[in-house]
Parts: sequence; structure tokens; C-alpha cells
Amino acid sequence: MSAHAAGTRVRVLAHEVVGHCRTPVYLKGCEGVVVSLAGTYRDPERLAYLEPGLPPRRLYRVRFRQADVWAGYAGPELDSLEADVYEHWLEPIGGAAKEA
Amino acid sequence: MTNATGGDARGHDPDHDHDHPHHHDHDHAHPHAPIEDHDGFTEFHLLEQAIRELVIEAGVLSAADVQRQIALQESRTPAAGSRIVARAWTDPQFRQALLADARAALATIGVEIGPAPELRVLANGDGVHHVVVCTLCSCYPRMLLGVPPAWYKSREYRARAVREPRAVLREFGVELPEDTDVRVVDSTADLRYLIIPVRPPGTEGLDADALAGWVGRDAMIGTALAHDPSA
Repeated sequence: MSAHAAGTRVRVLAHEVVGHCRTPVYLKGCEGVVVSLAGTYRDPERLAYLEPGLPPRRLYRVRFRQADVWAGYAGPELDSLEADVYEHWLEPIGGAAKEA
Repeated sequence: MTNATGGDARGHDPDHDHDHPHHHDHDHAHPHAPIEDHDGFTEFHLLEQAIRELVIEAGVLSAADVQRQIALQESRTPAAGSRIVARAWTDPQFRQALLADARAALATIGVEIGPAPELRVLANGDGVHHVVVCTLCSCYPRMLLGVPPAWYKSREYRARAVREPRAVLREFGVELPEDTDVRVVDSTADLRYLIIPVRPPGTEGLDADALAGWVGRDAMIGTALAHDPSA
């Protein structure tokens, strides 16, 4: 899979997982925008079980609108939230991801 | 965390925090409760003890290694972060490099991140105020700020900072205008975040050494603004 370019709209997958998970539950199903690729790392969700965590996974900084994350968010529309999300938790919205 | 036995900050005196296979010699009666504070003693403490003892028994680490690491962690203070922010305020080129590649920029001033997780530096200002939280655990740039404060690790801060950051900031005494993007940074994975607060007006004449005093720990988390240390 090619890397998502900055600006790509993505959705956080809503998988239910048992055990170690680095994607916070409150972001599952949320739509956001890729800010940048933050490097590639061995998958912490496998490292937690003493597995090699290979191949390494791309990690993205993803920005969300708070109003899209929380129903009834009390602050202004422009408030935002960023989280670091691994590629296997993201799907591009609206067709294939752009090349980085 | 401290306890009544005067143990280290992780709440245990290495000699007296678990059941020994041998008996301690006590030559006095026990009219008082055992001088141990088991408040908050959870299964995680037991788990930590069990793993620590196994690791030592297996020869992976020695007890001295563990103590040295605790001492190292506790020797770090936010002063390292304050100096970096003050440098960034006074040296635009350094600031730019720091925002682009923190590890490389810090190496140029003799600060090595080493094996610590990757560091990302974000600047407040231009209509954006970042505030850092780790909702999943307590990720924190320990190499620059030392051991995180207890509130940073509390469930309350972790739950509320993402959901109602402005209310949390207000409780910290930070009120931000409606046209500022309050941007929560949830440190969920392999990056650690350090915030460069806005340089307060009226500090133009100060050098980096003096400015470092204006940069408190919380300003580098985003729950405070930089402020006059004499105020």
C-alpha cells in the first residue's frame, strides 16, 4: 500500500480488538485528515505480545475536528484534535490514496 | 508517590515491600499498624514486583540496574525543556530546525535524544494552542521534562482533556479566545510531544538564560502559558 499524502481524508476503522490497541476507542469511525507521515515503526500492537511487529507500519499524524469526534462538543467549530494512528487503522475516503 | 516507609518515589522500599522467604527480626511488640502504606496498592504493583523479581532472577537486569534507571528518571527536570524553548524563542533558525526535525536540531546543541522515543516539537501561536495528553497511558517527553506530574497520568485529565479541553484549561487558569484553535494532541503511539509556548510580550530585551525562567513545565505540555517567574 502506498503512503497517504498530507491532506488525504481518512476514516479510522471501527474494528473491535481484544488486547493491546494503540488506536483510542473514541476515534473509531471518525473521519480526519492526514497531517504528515510520522515515520515507520514496528507494530506496537504486536510488540506487546513479544512478536517482532514486522513488517514496520507507517504511522500518521491525523487531525480531526472536535465537532466530528464528540457529539455536542462545547467549544468553537475550529477546535481540533490530533492523534498518531497506524496505517492499518486507516482507510482513505473517496477512492485510492494519493501517492506521497 | 511516596509512602510511609520512606521508600523511593515508586512507592516501594526495595527491602521491605514484599514478602520475603525469610523473617525480619523485630524486637518490639506491634501496638501500631505496620509502617507501610498499602493505600492504592493494586494488582499492578504486584505485577511490577513480580516482573522485576523475575527479570533480576533471570539475570536480565540487576537490582542495581533498576535503581540506577529510577535515579536517572528522577534526576531529569523540566529545566532541559525550558532551555530548549528559550533557545527557540531567541534563535529563529534553531526554532525552524526544531520544528522540522527535533532530534537533529537538538543534537546540534549537544542534547541527544538517544534511544528515547521520537520527539515532535509543536509551536503555539498564530491562532493555535496545542495541549498534550496521552489518553491510552502516560506518554510524555521524559528525556526533556522528567517524570510526568501525577495529574498528567490521572484518568480524569486523560478523559477530559480530549473531550472538553477548554474547560480543563480554564481550571489550569488558561482562558483562550474563541478564535484560537484549541488543538488537543493525543500522544497515542511512538511520538512524544513538546510544546513551544508563545513568547510573552515585553520579553524582547531578555536573553535565553533569563527567558528559560519564564518557561514552566506546564507551558511545555500546553496547560499553562509562559509567564514572568517573578510575578
